[in-house]
Amino acid sequence: MSVLLLGATSPIAEAIGHRYASQGHAIYAASRDADEAEAVASDIALRHDVEAAGGHFDALEFDRHDDFVDEVESAVGPVDVAVVAFGVMPDQKESQENFKLARRTIEVNYTGAASLCEALARRMIDRETGAIVGISSVAGDRGRQSNYFYGSAKGAFRLYLQGLRNRCFEHDVQVLCVKPGFVDTPMTFGMETAIPIVSPEDVADSVVRAQQKGKDTMYVPWFWAWIMLIIKSIPEPIFKRLSL
Amino acid sequence: MELSGWGRYPVHGARCARPETRGDLQQALAERNGDSILAHAAGRSYGDAALNEDGRAVLTERLDRMLEFDPETGWLRVEAGVTLKEIIDIFVPRGWFPPVVPGTQYVTVGGAVGCNIHGKNHHQVGSFGDHVRRLEMLTASGDIVTCDRDNHPELFWATVGGMGLTGIILSLEVQLEPVAGPAIEMESIRVENLDEFFEVSAESGDFTHTVSWIDCVASGSNLGRGVFMRGRHASEEVEWSPGPMEKLAKTLKSAADGRLFESNWLLNRATMRIGNAAYFHKEPKGKTEQIVHYEPFFFPLDAIDHWNHIYGSRGFLQYQCVVPEREAIREILEEVTATSMASFLSVIKEFGPRTHTGLSFPEPGITLALDFPNYGEPLMELLDRLDAIVATAGGRVYLGKDARLDRQSFRKMYPEWEEWRDVRDEWDPDGVFQSSLGRRLGLVKGS
Ligand SMILES: Cc1cc2nc3c(=O)[nH]c(=O)nc-3n(C[C@H](O)[C@H](O)[C@H](O)COP(=O)(O)OP(=O)(O)OC[C@H]3O[C@@H](n4cnc5c(N)ncnc54)[C@H](O)[C@@H]3O)c2cc1C
Ligand SMILES: NC(=O)c1ccc[n+]([C@@H]2O[C@H](COP(=O)([O-])OP(=O)(O)OC[C@H]3O[C@@H](n4cnc5c(N)ncnc54)[C@H](OP(=O)(O)O)[C@@H]3O)[C@@H](O)[C@H]2O)c1
Repeated sequence: MSVLLLGATSPIAEAIGHRYASQGHAIYAASRDADEAEAVASDIALRHDVEAAGGHFDALEFDRHDDFVDEVESAVGPVDVAVVAFGVMPDQKESQENFKLARRTIEVNYTGAASLCEALARRMIDRETGAIVGISSVAGDRGRQSNYFYGSAKGAFRLYLQGLRNRCFEHDVQVLCVKPGFVDTPMTFGMETAIPIVSPEDVADSVVRAQQKGKDTMYVPWFWAWIMLIIKSIPEPIFKRLSL
Repeated sequence: MELSGWGRYPVHGARCARPETRGDLQQALAERNGDSILAHAAGRSYGDAALNEDGRAVLTERLDRMLEFDPETGWLRVEAGVTLKEIIDIFVPRGWFPPVVPGTQYVTVGGAVGCNIHGKNHHQVGSFGDHVRRLEMLTASGDIVTCDRDNHPELFWATVGGMGLTGIILSLEVQLEPVAGPAIEMESIRVENLDEFFEVSAESGDFTHTVSWIDCVASGSNLGRGVFMRGRHASEEVEWSPGPMEKLAKTLKSAADGRLFESNWLLNRATMRIGNAAYFHKEPKGKTEQIVHYEPFFFPLDAIDHWNHIYGSRGFLQYQCVVPEREAIREILEEVTATSMASFLSVIKEFGPRTHTGLSFPEPGITLALDFPNYGEPLMELLDRLDAIVATAGGRVYLGKDARLDRQSFRKMYPEWEEWRDVRDEWDPDGVFQSSLGRRLGLVKGS
């Protein structure tokens, strides 16, 4: 089986790659920086004694996405699991002042993710097998003033995955939407949070388990399901007054 | 963030970055905003070598990818944040072991080069730097430079044992040693005093690995009594029996965590005397032969997580020195046993020939390492007296364990420090790379 990591330099994607490789699966690591992608691939190959390759892709190079998936498949064979993990989260305030930043957030996190998922889903549907693991975020469950460009893009990606899941169902293609809480990566490094930050390795364990059980959606760690239930249940007339 | 070494003394604040990629690392250097910067790896050096008070620290833990391995020759290229434990876990089943390991497997290869660490096999194979052929490093200019014995050799040698003050190592190539499996053939010999230690040590040259635990509370005719351990990697795959610390850890299970025993009073002279005597008398007289796993042989203390916490919140200091002559060892032990302060854990070993200059520690002679609870001023005074003995004898103190040596003593102990500093200054004229230790010892610009 082969697994494609999109955004392989993200610690979450990297940890997911190690998890699959520990079960003997081949890995293709992709990042904007081909050297870094190759470093991730060598590391996976050396530690787990599996086949691994690395290469360049960019979520914003929409015209190249189809060719890119072809390149991957000629290197490691048909993609059985694709992990869509890239993402950006620039400062909200700066994005309000400079819409270019906001636009990039939307385009990388949503448009780019959707474009790659389409290219992958088409091939999986043809083969009547495969799984797409899309990393959304708890931030996509409800809009908040502190993070709404990122949140809305992640929320849109979640809705996209929902529709895609519906389309893929009859073709035996799984679509898993992962909503992580705080994970110990550059996105959260140095943040002081009231809720514990978990390791990428723990997230990877849960994600791979959920994918292999055929799950549709998941919060990780699981307690975020309860936190988000509360947050989602606050009536809008009250929610709009909160400084969240 | 507050950072400390393994001794938990001192504790210094620094602004931290934690790069995931080399690009992130270059960015951390570019964004230092006039502050000095230092690599902080696993923090297994004891004192302030990996600290940079009020400056910046680059946590190297995520620069941890294995890049290339040649199964024909055993050359391994890895990023600097890879730990020896990771290398051992992956490569022992494939028949390879790191060429030099310290008393814990949780150190990184970057730290192993930074302190040019030595192992129980120093008398035969030298120190870690002897088995490294290339370093790729980020230098003060922001350039990534590859150095080895032919290209920029002065930078290479100044970085081996350079205490992180020449730049940040990104990746390196190290030669692994072929082994048959995880087993170690070992012998332990109870030695009744210091003279016996030297006798046994002299006749142990055939063993690749030697070290001796020493009871540093015993005095008089028992001075220097202990348990001498020597061994070698087994030449074929054999069964091993569990070591004492493994058994202890199994009994304690999840309670094998020093944080549960954190106390400023647990280790006092009385408990240390009992502990040391018990360990000594438990060892049968004469010689015992055993086949053991590499963990209890090389890393007995790793069986207890966070064991450094048992010294309490005040922390502890390790004093490790090497002296060319036996007499100085006796003087040091007498000086220590004459005080009311005791060393809980002490080890002694004879080093082989010297292979490096600069700030590298090992030189021919006898090395002694003593762990003291942080008794405060009286301890600092005792250690100053030990410095005087060591310096007079032509010996030196290990900077990787140090938190308090003064400049004058340091300069006597490391007479080549100026040549080392000249190379350092050439690569880093503005003093970008600094540490608390570097400033204390006058090793960096403006200190
Ligand atoms: C239980 C125990 C037993 C030990 N036994 C021994 C022993 O037998 N022999 C021995 O020699 N030592 C021994 N040590 C000390 C230890 O091996 C060294 O201090 C080692 O350098 C620690 O590595 P680290 O990865 O924790 O580095 P740190 O402690 O984080 O850093 C040590 C030094 O290396 C520098 N450094 C780290 N990474 C880099 C990098 N990427 N680029 C440039 N510089 C870097 C730092 O700036 C610092 O100056 C022991 C320590 C413990 C806790
Ligand atoms: N960390 C958290 O707490 C958290 C919480 C919820 C959700 N998430 C989501 O989980 C995923 C992984 O997060 P992480 O924290 O591991 O992130 P990260 O370390 O910030 O990594 C994100 C990755 O996205 C890649 N990327 C950025 N722009 C790209 C582009 N235009 N094209 C292709 N790749 C691009 C980057 O790789 P290159 O620079 O190498 O290309 C980067 O490694 C993200 O989608 C994130 O939104 C994270």
